This record gives sequence, C-alpha cells and structure tokens, in this order.
Amino acid sequence: MGNPKRLYLYPLWLRIWHHVNALLMIVLITTGLSMQYSDPAYPLIRFDLAVSYHNVAGVYLTASYFIFLVGVLFTSIGRYYIVKTEGLLTSFVRQLKYYLFGIFRGETSPFKVTEKQKFNPIQLITYNVTMHAIIPVTFITGWALIYPETIVLNVFGYSGIMLTSLVHSIAGFFISIFLIIHLYVITIGPSTITNLKSILYGYHEEHETHHEEHESVENNNQESQESK
Amino acid sequence: MMSAFSRSTIRSLTRWLFLLAPVMVAWLLSGVRATEGTEPNLDPDTQKCLECHGEMRYTLVDPVTGDEVSMKIYDEIRIDAWEYTNATHGSFACTDCHSMDYEIHPHPIDVKFEFKYACIDCHGSDEQYADFNFQTIEEEFQLSVHGDHFIENFSCWSCHNPHTYKNTARLGGAITDIVAYNNSMCLDCHGDISHYDVLIERQLTNMLSKHDWLPNQSLHFRKVRCIDCHASTHKDILVAHHVLPADQAVRNCVDCHSTNSILMASLYKHQIQERRSKYGFFNPSITSEAYIIGANRNYYFNVISAVIFGLVLLGIAIHATLRYINYRRKHGKS
Repeated sequence: MGNPKRLYLYPLWLRIWHHVNALLMIVLITTGLSMQYSDPAYPLIRFDLAVSYHNVAGVYLTASYFIFLVGVLFTSIGRYYIVKTEGLLTSFVRQLKYYLFGIFRGETSPFKVTEKQKFNPIQLITYNVTMHAIIPVTFITGWALIYPETIVLNVFGYSGIMLTSLVHSIAGFFISIFLIIHLYVITIGPSTITNLKSILYGYHEEHETHHEEHESVENNNQESQESK
Repeated sequence: MMSAFSRSTIRSLTRWLFLLAPVMVAWLLSGVRATEGTEPNLDPDTQKCLECHGEMRYTLVDPVTGDEVSMKIYDEIRIDAWEYTNATHGSFACTDCHSMDYEIHPHPIDVKFEFKYACIDCHGSDEQYADFNFQTIEEEFQLSVHGDHFIENFSCWSCHNPHTYKNTARLGGAITDIVAYNNSMCLDCHGDISHYDVLIERQLTNMLSKHDWLPNQSLHFRKVRCIDCHASTHKDILVAHHVLPADQAVRNCVDCHSTNSILMASLYKHQIQERRSKYGFFNPSITSEAYIIGANRNYYFNVISAVIFGLVLLGIAIHATLRYINYRRKHGKS
C-alpha cells in the first residue's frame, strides 16, 4: 500500500462549525436528559443550571444552524448535500448491504469519496434529514418553549406546551441516536481513526483499497451532480 | 343582459348571505344570552340593602332636618349584585350574617361593633362540611404568617371576601382560572399598596423583582398559585393555609419539576382525586392545561425510547465485535 491520496474536503470553517455544533449537541442532550428525568435525590445537573445551559446552548445551536445553512447555500460544500433521487434507492440499499454484511466479509465500500461527492447515500440521507428537518424542528420548538406565550394553549384537550415539548423531546431523542451512530461510524474507515483525522485536519485519505469496480457508482453519482 | 345582471346580483347576494349567516346566528344567539336573566336573583331584603351598597353613590337623609346629601360608597362596602349572587355565600340574605340593626337608616353607630363571624363559627361543627376540615384550616391559618397573632385583625375575610368568594378549588374548572382567581386574592394586598399598608406597616415588596430568579416568570404566575410555593401543604385539607415566611418558600425547581412534584399535593390535588391515569402519563392531571418538564413524563415513551436506545447500542456492539473478528481473521492470516 503506497501513500494515500489526500483530498481537502473539510475547510477550516466547516471543521470549527462541526466541533462547536458537536459540543452544543452534547450540552443540549445532557442538560435535556437531566431536566426530563429530574429527580431531587439524583440530580445529574442542578435543574436551574440545566435550564440555563440548555437555553444558552439552544440559542447558539440556532445561530450555528444558520451559519451551516449559509455555508450549504453559498459555498462549495453545498453540492455534497444535493440529493438526486434517480438510482438513490439502489445505491442506498447497496451501501446498507455493505454496512450490514459486506464489511464483515472484507469487502470494500461500494462508494468512493471524491472531490465531487463526499457522502455515501446513507450519509447523504441521514445528514440531510438531521440538518434540514430534525434540527430545525428542535430549535423551533425549543424557541417556542423559551417563549411559551407564543404556543397555542390547547390542542384537542392537551396543553399546547406539552405537545410542543413532546415534539422537542422526540426530535432531541433522534439527534442523540444520530450522534451515537455518527460517533461509531467514525471508526469505519481504512483504519479506526482515519475519519477522525479527516474531520480534525480537513483531509480525506483515499486508500488504494477502493477498486475500479466501484467507479460505475461514482460516475453515476458525478453525472447526477453535474447535471444539476 | 338584464337577466344576466340579475342572476349575478342574486348569486352575489346569496354568497354574502352565506358568509354572513354564521355572524347573524352568533349575533342572534348572543342576543338570547344577553336578554336572559338581566336581573340577579336576590331576595327582597338583600335587594333593599343593595339599593345603596350596590351603587357607586347613595343618598343620606338627615332624619331630623330632612336634608339630603349624596355620598360615595367605598370599595370595601360596595357589593356587586352579580358577583354576590355567583359567590359561594350568595344565597344568603345580608342579615343572615349582619346585625338586624342594619335595617335602620341611617345605620346606628353600634352596628359598627357587631361581631363578625369567621368560617369556623358556622362551619366548625357542621357535619355537612366535615370534608373541608375547617378546624385544620383554622389551625394552619394560625400557624401561618397571616395568623392574627402576627398581623392584627387579619381574618379569613382578609383574603376570602365573603361577598365575592367562590370555592374554585372544588368546582373543577380550568386550572388557569383557579390560579388566576387565587393569585388575585394574594395580589389584592401584595400588589396593591392601598390594601397592604392598612394591614401592616411595611414597605410593599415589588413582586416582579422579588421573583427575578424564576425562569419564565409570567408563565409560572399564570400556571401556579402563589400558595403552591409559599404555603406548606397539609394532607387533610385541599388548599394549603399555612403561609410560610418568604425565605421558606419553595425555590428548588425539582420540587415541582419531578415525578414527585409537590403540585400534585397542592394545585392538582382535587384533579388527582377525580381522575387517575391517562395514556401512560405521569401526573396526567397536569397535561390538559400545562406541561411541567420532569413532572410530566410518559411511561410508554420512556419504555420505547429506552428500547430503541438499547437496540442501537446493542447493534453497534455486535457490529463492532464482528468487525473486530473479521479484522483479526484477516490480519491473522496475513
């Protein structure tokens, strides 16, 4: 195995955003759990502090989301988030099969990271759903809970605040599931720390283990991007 | 042309009629409601008292000279006929509680010294009200900072105006209405210097700045009663009367924001007695009108989320183990 080819896929601003966002997520999940399962006898974080930290982190997360959105809309990273539905299901299933079976048989990933396409189909769907659906739902309901007077008082006999809070908690739960899987997926690469190094230093290391046989998938995906 | 114009006019009028129909129905119904019972149902003796005490001014006639003077009826002795009729004691005639001498006009001076009944005087030994435990209420009141050994002339009536008081806690109405009604009793003095300084010679505290520490202050004020934090509960009475000194008030968030929320023994005590469980929510009595993080959890959501979380962790553990086995096998061979 020769020296790996390096692709600069994670610009500095994106890496800073990513780490700040990760930190905020951890603060929000921890304080959120502490409030939701508050117990006078076993406080994870003192309730009033948990509320304050959660609110402050939520405000920063909102700002962080809009920074990300501007990045997606107006910088080159936006192309990585474009979803082309054509052939998506096939490539999604192929990637899923790899994660569930192929990886244990020593197969290589059916998806090759290139300058034009950074995410495999599963990542593409997951990141888009998380960043453009779950996180906005979380911070919109979160802001509503900071200013509860904006919430409809009663919805079909239930408190509007309670329903908003349920949606907020469920969205937060999905983010925590995402975070755990995301942390694990970091370890799936040519080595267990290859992906971690990528997000720390900005360079994706392309190893020779990716074979020509995958280029048809890559080419298909690239064509889809270029046609946009 | 004419016929077409007429048809379009008729269509337009019909459309307007359809649009206006709900408004007209609502207007007609509101008229029905407004004309129903325009006079409060009062007995003749009470009506006679309210000829003066129900008005802003009354005419005083000097019995010797026959001179007349128009006088203001002060807030404390003015009684709104509707409020009185709807109050808990609204079916009483004035002289059921007040001296018969009040039937003399102008009222003689000695009526000012009449004995004023407290709740316990009528309800103390009344079996019909045994469930209220008036004796315990009286004991709790005496222990409280409002007890008349702390503040002179402080009595049940200082908070519970006998002419307007409604027993909201047992009526089963909206919690927010109960809260608003109860808090208005407290704020009648604690938010109004003119009422506060006649009871106690102390500077009125600014309620808002005193509660600066409380997050979502206005929401808390609308959703919980002052006494829920400022009074010690008693298992035998529905509404706490042992009002504590300010420095002993609840200030620990988790006292309310946990499944053992103290609100279940105070604000929601009546609702809890009425219904027990609803769709797996802890403290379901709260969920229809409010949401208290920590106190309102859903058992099924808890279980489902724990199962999903556990399965994800298990999946990751299995996946990581299989990857490791594959790695060892591969590198072992090489």
